[in-house]
Amino acid sequence: MADNPFLAAFGLIAQADPALMQIIGLSLRVSLSAVAIACLIGLPLGAALALVRFRGRSGVIVTFNALMGLPPVVAGLVIYLLLSRSGPLGSLSLLFTPWAMVLAQTVLILPIIVSLTRSMVEDLWEEYRDQLRSLGSTRLRAVPTLLWDGRVSLLTGVLAGFGRASAEVGAVLIVGGNIAGHTRTMTTAITLETNRGNLGLAVALGLILLTITFSLNGMAFAVAQWSRRRGG
Amino acid sequence: MQRLAVSAALCLGALPAWAETFITVASTTSTENSGLFGHILPIFKDKTGIEVRVVAQGTGQALETAARGDADVVFVHAKAREEAFVKDGWGVQRFDVMYNDFVLVGPSDDPAGTRAAPSAPAAFKAVADKGAAFASRGDDSGTHVAEKNLWKAAGVDPVGQSWYMETGSGMGATLNTAAQVPAYALTDRGTWLSFQNRGPLEITFQGDKVLFNQYGVILVNPAKHPHVKVAEGQAFIDWLISDEGQAAINGYKVNGEQLFFGNAAK
Repeated sequence: MADNPFLAAFGLIAQADPALMQIIGLSLRVSLSAVAIACLIGLPLGAALALVRFRGRSGVIVTFNALMGLPPVVAGLVIYLLLSRSGPLGSLSLLFTPWAMVLAQTVLILPIIVSLTRSMVEDLWEEYRDQLRSLGSTRLRAVPTLLWDGRVSLLTGVLAGFGRASAEVGAVLIVGGNIAGHTRTMTTAITLETNRGNLGLAVALGLILLTITFSLNGMAFAVAQWSRRRGG
Repeated sequence: MQRLAVSAALCLGALPAWAETFITVASTTSTENSGLFGHILPIFKDKTGIEVRVVAQGTGQALETAARGDADVVFVHAKAREEAFVKDGWGVQRFDVMYNDFVLVGPSDDPAGTRAAPSAPAAFKAVADKGAAFASRGDDSGTHVAEKNLWKAAGVDPVGQSWYMETGSGMGATLNTAAQVPAYALTDRGTWLSFQNRGPLEITFQGDKVLFNQYGVILVNPAKHPHVKVAEGQAFIDWLISDEGQAAINGYKVNGEQLFFGNAAK
């Protein structure tokens, strides 16, 4: 098993090991949920930041840009302290649940979505301002049009967000607790197997995670190509 | 894009539902990494229907997790600190559960000559005298506490010495480091027996009584944290120290070797 990670990875998938399937399913659900929430908040917020002028706007932009580099372990620690029974949100009993991991990953990827959306919408607005204005559109009314026009670039941002979420281990380990069958994800399982000295199995799990990421990116690329061709 | 967001949002509903009854146990990497929990918890669940969710941390972190109210039961191995935990009011009562022992592992050619040492402190003294590489957990875990006590008994202060490496990691990560250097390291026998990536490492010293490693279990005090699941948590503790629980612990073997020895008070 430990000899050839490629064979081990193949064997694990071929057996459709239920524990492994559960871990893969949980990882995908948590990361996709985080991406969805981050998009629901981040796309409108990023567009608003691009188009609305207000005092302190530069400060907000710099903050979101800087938060793209937020170390996951710091995000995890802060959320741990918030969700802990001794913390302000302790009564929600969210610590060591998948929801805590969704929250941590959302915090990590929201800055990426906001910053990329803002920068893209800003550029598109500059490009199409006169055209949109001549059609009688205001800045805010232009938001859906601009987001739709930039969907292909936005997809790259969303994929970057998914990549950061699914590859991350520091935060989910702290707030999820790596509980077998409950909060064990691909990355925390890889950490655990490394610590058990099962390096072959750890690499095999890593290969499976990479394969999933490859497939998702491939699908997204295909969708983008199709959409581009269709949009002319 | 919106459609993608909506379909992803649907995934939210698919997160695992709350189990009927579960307790959270803060425990150590040695019990989790050795596979003991994987063996005994299904037996307990079959009997009682209670799911035990284990968060495996170093002993220091596990006690901190429990003191913050984030666990119902704490199951660790640093007796003095467990007694302090109960005395400070964070825990109800401490019960002995089982023991295993620590072993000194090192390069098979044993450069410091620890195989010939008459006692564990003497073996540690030999490592220091030779200046042989030593990988320490350095993470305030039960194993790290035991290691510091052995250095004290050997009359050596290793911190800051060029041959002394604090990994600040779990037992497995520290053994991975020790196998690469190669370096000596103190490990619990359970983790060692189930550890796969040994490289040139072998047990070079074992058997001294001071290497005895006692595990205890404590219910977190509901007076401090009213949400603690007293009935379920106590059911787990009662089962661990019952004949049945002790038999389950004694029945866990890796490569035919027993890892933990039940010694609950009758």
